[in-house]
This record gives sequence, C-alpha cells and structure tokens, in this order.
Amino acid sequence: MTFRRGNQAPRRKAVIPAAISIEETFVTFGIFVMQLFNGLSLFTILLLMALGLAIVFGLMGVINMAHGEIMAMGAYTTYLTASFIEHHLPGLMGVYLFIAILLAFAVTFAFGYVLERGFIRWFYHRPLDTLLATWGLSLILQQTYRSVFGAQEVSVPLTTWLSGAWEPTETIQLPLNRIFIVALTILVTLGVWYILHKTRWGLRARAVTQNRAMSSAVGIDTNRVDALIFALGSGLAGIAGSVFTMVGSTNPGTGQLYIVDSFIVVVFGGVASLLGTAASSFLIAQMQTALEYLMSGSMAKVAILLLVITVLYFRPNGLFASKVRA
Amino acid sequence: MDNALASTSFAVASERPESTTARPLVNAKSTPMNGKILSIEALTVSFDGFKAVDGLDMSIDENELRVVIGPNGAGKTTLLDMICGKTKPTSGSIRFRGTELGKLSDYQIVRLGVGRKFQTPSIYEDLTVAENLEISIPQVHGVWASIFFRRSKEVRERIGYVAEEIMLKDHLRMKSGKLSHGQKQWLEIGLLLMQDSDLMLLDEPVAGMSPREREETAELLKRIANGKSLVVIEHDMDFVRSIAKKVTVLHQGRLLSEGSVEEVQNDPRVIEVYLGH
Amino acid sequence: MNISAKQGERFAHAGLALLLLGLLPLALGPYWLNLVGKYLAFSFVAVGIVLAWGYCGILSLGQGVFFGFGGYAMAMFLKLEASAPELPDFMVWSSVEKLPFWWEPYSSLTVTIASIFLVPIPVAFIFAYAIFRKRVSGVYFAIVTIALSMTLVVLNIGQQGETGGANGITDFSTLLGFDIINDAGKVAIYWVEVVLLLTATTLAALLLHSRFGKLLIAVRDREDRVRFSGFDTAMIKAFIFTVSAVLSSVGGAMFALQAGLVTPSLIGAVTSVELVIYAAVGGRLSVVGAVIGALLVGFMKSYLSEHFPEIWLFFLGGMFIFVVWVLPNGLADLFRKILRVKA
Repeated sequence: MTFRRGNQAPRRKAVIPAAISIEETFVTFGIFVMQLFNGLSLFTILLLMALGLAIVFGLMGVINMAHGEIMAMGAYTTYLTASFIEHHLPGLMGVYLFIAILLAFAVTFAFGYVLERGFIRWFYHRPLDTLLATWGLSLILQQTYRSVFGAQEVSVPLTTWLSGAWEPTETIQLPLNRIFIVALTILVTLGVWYILHKTRWGLRARAVTQNRAMSSAVGIDTNRVDALIFALGSGLAGIAGSVFTMVGSTNPGTGQLYIVDSFIVVVFGGVASLLGTAASSFLIAQMQTALEYLMSGSMAKVAILLLVITVLYFRPNGLFASKVRA
Repeated sequence: MDNALASTSFAVASERPESTTARPLVNAKSTPMNGKILSIEALTVSFDGFKAVDGLDMSIDENELRVVIGPNGAGKTTLLDMICGKTKPTSGSIRFRGTELGKLSDYQIVRLGVGRKFQTPSIYEDLTVAENLEISIPQVHGVWASIFFRRSKEVRERIGYVAEEIMLKDHLRMKSGKLSHGQKQWLEIGLLLMQDSDLMLLDEPVAGMSPREREETAELLKRIANGKSLVVIEHDMDFVRSIAKKVTVLHQGRLLSEGSVEEVQNDPRVIEVYLGH
Repeated sequence: MNISAKQGERFAHAGLALLLLGLLPLALGPYWLNLVGKYLAFSFVAVGIVLAWGYCGILSLGQGVFFGFGGYAMAMFLKLEASAPELPDFMVWSSVEKLPFWWEPYSSLTVTIASIFLVPIPVAFIFAYAIFRKRVSGVYFAIVTIALSMTLVVLNIGQQGETGGANGITDFSTLLGFDIINDAGKVAIYWVEVVLLLTATTLAALLLHSRFGKLLIAVRDREDRVRFSGFDTAMIKAFIFTVSAVLSSVGGAMFALQAGLVTPSLIGAVTSVELVIYAAVGGRLSVVGAVIGALLVGFMKSYLSEHFPEIWLFFLGGMFIFVVWVLPNGLADLFRKILRVKA
C-alpha cells in the first residue's frame, strides 16, 4: 500500500493498449476510480472555498480578493493548533483535527466579521474598488504570513487514524484522510444549505440581500446581517484552509493559488446558487484532474479555462442560473 | 434650412448615412399597416413560468399618444421593455412599421426609430446638458465618426432647439447631475427628441414632479405628439386625463380595457380591478 | 489661483513634457535615466488603464498579457540578433533543434515593430467584442482577464524550450548592431520612448475631448441609456480596450529595450494588478497623472524592494487601500484641489 501526500496524482502516461485483457480492464477501472477520487479532494477544497465566495459574492455582491488569504489563515491556524497540541497536550493529538477545524472556523469567522464592519462596508456599490482594496489587503496578509511563519512551507502531522487507505479491490486504494475530507465537505455544505434555507437567520439573510430597504423597514438589522454573512463566508474559507493542510503544505502564497479558480467555479456555476456552486466545483475539479492525467498540468489549466469561457459565452449567467426578469 | 430645423420634423440638415441605409431595408420588408406604427400580436413573456405579459394584442397609430395604465404588476414596464428590446418575448410578435422587432438587438431597434425613457431618470450625470444632447444625435453611431465628430452650426442649433423645447435652454453648460429631478426627466425626454425617434416609450415621465412641472410636461408631450407616436405609462389619473385621448388598461399581463378616459373609468372590469379585492 | 479645467489640463501636459524632455535628462545620468525609462514603460499601460477603466469603467486585470506580448516580441528580435547564426541559447539547452515557426518573423525589425503595434488589435478587439456583446462586464470581466493572464503565464513557463520558460529571455545587448547597454544607447532609447509616450498622452487627451470621449463616460455611467440611444456599446468598449492593449504592447517593447530582459512574471496577474494601481495613484481620470503615478510607484518599488524588501508588499497593499478609500481620483485630484481647478 502506498500513501501519497500532496494533491497530485502519481503521473502516468496514458497508454491505450491494443488488446485489453480482463486484468487490464480491472487495472484501468482501478485507475479510473483513483482518478475520480483524486478529483474529489480538489473538489472539496474548491467547493469549500467557492461556497464562502458564493455567499459573499453571490448574496452580497462583494468581491473579496483576500478570500484566499483567509483560507491560508485557516491553514495557519490549523498548523498552530497542531504544534501547540503536539508540544503541550500530546494526548489530544488523535482529535486535534476537530479542535483545529473549529478554531480555524472561529478565527476566520471573527476576522471576517471585523473586516466587514471596519473595511468592506465602506465600499458597497463600488465593486471594482472593492476588488482593488481587497487585493491590497491580500498583499498585506501574504507579507504578514511571510514575516511570521517564514517563506517556506509548513505542514501538520497526519493523524494516525487517518493515515492508511481503504482498499476495496487490489487496484483501488482510497486514502482515509481523503474519505474524511469528502465526508466533512458534504457535511459543511449541507450545513450551509440548512442555515440559509431552513433557519430564521437564513431567511433574514436572503431577505436583506434581495430587498435591503424593505428588510430594514420590517425591523431587520441589515448591518448585522451583512457582517454575519461575510463572517460566515470567511469562516467557510477557514475550514477550507484547515482541510487543505491535510492534502498539502501551506506557504504564504497558498491562498493565491486557489482564489481565481474559486471565482471561476462560482461564476461558472451561476452566482447565488449553492447547487450550482457544488456542481461546478465537482465538474471543474474532475476535469482538472482528468486532463492533468492526459496532458501537462499547464495545458490542463488552459483547456479548462477555454472550456469555461466557451460555456459562459453561451450561458453568461452561469451553467445553473435560472432565467430572471431583467 | 433654419425653417427645417425649427419645424417639428427634427430633421437635421446634415447627411443621414445611418437612416438612408437602414430605412430602405425596412421599407422592403414592410407590409402596409393601415396607419399603424406599432402592432403587437399574442405577445407573451414568462419568467420562470410566471407570465408577466400574457397573449397581449394591441396597436398604436401613427401620431397617436397612448397612455397605458394598470395596477402594479400589470406588465406595463415589461411591455415597454419588450418593444425596445430590453427583454426578449417568449412568443408573439411586435412589428414596428412592418419590421419584426423580436429578433433585433436593442440598439438596432433604436436605430429604426423607437426611443425609450426609463422610469428613473437615466441621463449622464457627469456630462453637461449640451453634451448629453450631443451624444444622442442619431446620425453618428460609429466609433470613428464619433472621434472625428465636429460640432457644426447645425448641430449647435439643433441642441439649442431641443434644449428650448425641454425648458433647459439656460442650463446647457451645467453638469446634468446638478439638475432637479423634474429637469432630469425632461432632459431624458430631450435625449429622445435628439434621437429623432418616431415612437417614444415613456415610463412614468412625471414621477417625482411638482404640479407645475406636471402641467409643463403635459404641454411638452402634447407638442411632441404632433408628428410622433407616444406610449406613456402613468399612474396619476389627473395627468392621464390631461394628455390622453385613448387609454389602454393592463391587468395581470392581459388587456383589460381600451378606450377614452371616460370609457375606461366607467368600465366595470376596470373599477373591479382598482377598487375590488 | 483659479484656473479652468481646460487650462489645468494644458498645464499638466506642458509640465509633463518639460519634465521628460528637459528636467530629467538634464538632472539625471544614464543609470537613472534608464531607470526612469523602465518606469515610463509601465506608464504606457497606465495611460491605457486611464482610458479603459477611468473613463469607460472597464477594469482589465490582464493588461500584462499585452505588455508581455510587446516585451516578448521585442526580446525575441533582440535575442535572435544576439545569437545569430545559432539558435538562442535556451533552445539549445532544451534541445530544440529548429527555430519554432512563430519565431521566424521576428528576425526582421520591421516585422517586429509592426507586430508590436498591430497584433494586439485583432486579438484584443475580437476577445473584447465577443465578451462585451454578451454583456459581461464589471467584476466578471476583471475575473476573466485575470484568469487569462494567469493561464498564459502557466503556458509560457511550461514551454521552456520555445519561450525561455521561467527565466524568460535574457542576454541581448545590440539592436541592429547598435549597443543598447552602454550609456549612449540607454539615453537614445530614453528619447525614443519619451517621444512615443508624449505622442500617446497627446492622442489620448484629444480622444477624451472628442465626442467619443464623452461617449466613454456615458457608457461608464449609463450603458443602458447609451444602447437605447442607438449605440452598439460593445463596439465602443471593445475599441477603447483595444487602444489600451496597443499602448500596453508598446510599453512592453520599451521595457524589453530598457531592462534588457523579459520574464513570464511581466504577463502575470500580479504585474497586471500592480499596473492598475500605477494609474490609480496618479489618478484614474488623468492621463498625465497616470504617467506620474507610474514614475512614483515604480521608484518606490525599486527603492523599497531593494532596501526594505519586507516592507514593499505592506506598502503596496496599503497603497491599494489608501487610494481607493481616501483618494479615489488619485494625486491628480489632490493637485486639482490645491490649485483650485474648477471641475
């Protein structure tokens, strides 16, 4: 059994055999399943990142270029938690991950709340200025990480019960930690859906984003709702960062790697549609890993971007948007 | 030349390259419409299953001033949106002097001679009144033509003429953002006059105006209607009474009643809709 | 002092010409003049950003793509000259045996210069018109352009043997046998650049004063209204985007001459966004301001990243926030207020 860190699949050349024996079919099937599974872990990170963005961008119309750095904040929080527990409470190492995820969420949630109140809210109705100002913020955060944690990568120890793989057949090995993050992502996604669509707060949030004046008139504290929506979006980025530490190591530029991809996911899926976001992260992640298997990583990225632009050309409101009144 | 400028035809003395190329095309396709400038048949649009306009038939005569009224959600604004190409109809036909508008994009519809005034004043607040009017000159729509555009004597006279018509002659050099709400409404009507639209669609042109401004607007619209067709959406029945000969009442996307102001006001179906519930 | 906007603008243009043609060449030696020349290369882009973003509301975060195109085109010519009759060294290292076909035109200076001006036209226009026709604008356009520039960097680095990969194209020193590294060469290039730049700023100012300039503002503020006055606004936006693309390409070519190298990072998103802040610092509504902004920020960048590398990003990030928050119309606006220029 092999176990591999990092979110890259072991690269193999695509070989199309002339005649396919039964064993080879199994091997091919195994590769296919593994490939699908490799796509799943990219999917989880993209989805968690994009969920936060979909809420902030889709519901509030705020474009936050520092979203990636908030994800990195979650990753660094996880790293700090792991180091602290490793040195002071080694007995808890088995469950440190749960503590870290909660902490990452709490820290980024609080950061998001403060950020909205003290910064973002001054730029409402100036989307392009918001983009530039948050880009500036992202540079400052990156440099802060570099000054505090150094430019080199940091990684967290792997929890023992998550190392190892589940091997349903001889050719299929599914790493346990990835099964764990897929389950976690599904849980978080359902949680977000529940909060937005089944709770009173979610109702208020949707009311505010659809008709601010009316919501204010019926007594909803719209400022508070804005701050909480933004905080929730940031908190989700924090969880994404926490999850990220399980498949890769963190450096100050980690956030930048994912920010544009996440925006593409949100736009591709159709803003303000959770289902669209989920479906589009799945599609893009699967295409990315599948294409990386067939061609070089750079060509895969180019191919996906072209594909997304083509699709958006024919469906400018995103793949899953419904027709609305102009 | 001065006479031509001062007349209500709004023809500019300079060449009209856009029109001369566009109009024959229209004529080639057009079918006799018996003095109708606009005819709408079985027009329907639905948003996610909700039919905002549902099987509507109506027509507007040349030189007619028509007022469209109806309760909120009757589909009035959506109707104008579809005529001017802002919203695409789900089915049905809109024909302007015989040309089907459904397939054209908004700016092409404008070039045929359909102008639209929006509900909230939609003008260029960072430009002066004169610049606002200058931009709306219909003959020059191309990029290069705009770069090498010269403010000729004819152009200045025409801007002056329209500015006088919309009572903004003294404000030509003022940034239009500084105008009062009512003056902004007039300026937007002025943009349509500059555009030389033959059919003008006005969405609540007197919203937010003082009673005096309303009277002046009523006079303005009546002057314009002499030589052009207007479709006006309005809620204020006093205003409607002061300008309208014929009124169309919409309700839930359908035609409810049509006729003179007195006729529709005495129509039991109209009374039911407005006072019923 | 009370002066009108028109007078103020004339003063600004005259002042810029005086600065670039007189003061700087008199006061600075070849080393510094070369550095100024490098910042001025970015100011071409900044002028384009003023036109597209300041006046027409199109924020492109992919200007680096065109800047990089111009830079690479110029560098390819210089590199071919430097290595002739052999293949460029990086191709040899990657065991590329034949000059890639798309390099071949760049053995001629005429073709190179023509392509710097002409190639961005169809590329930028077709791309932009297609997108604007679909009413994709604002932040969506910004995201598409930033994604494009990131992708092109990846592509460029991936093709090591044909593009020089992450190292870019370096090691060239002559233009048609004329030394561009020595002092005389640097000064000569500076003059060429300044003449081009002043031409660009003058043309940009004329464009903004034409009816088309008013149309740009109209499209920025009320695109709907402009469409309902019978204009194809996608055409207007694509046109100004194309103008800014050509300006960027010319700037890139000048950069290659001044800096003596091009790297993929010039194309990248980071450069592209930085270029926007050059224009924003100077003033998004001022052509002259954009040039001054590029000079100032460029100088700060050289100084800070050399002496206090860890402060530079804090400074740059802070500047983004400061300009947007406190001084949305940049230094030009500050000057207007100080000189009481009437709006």
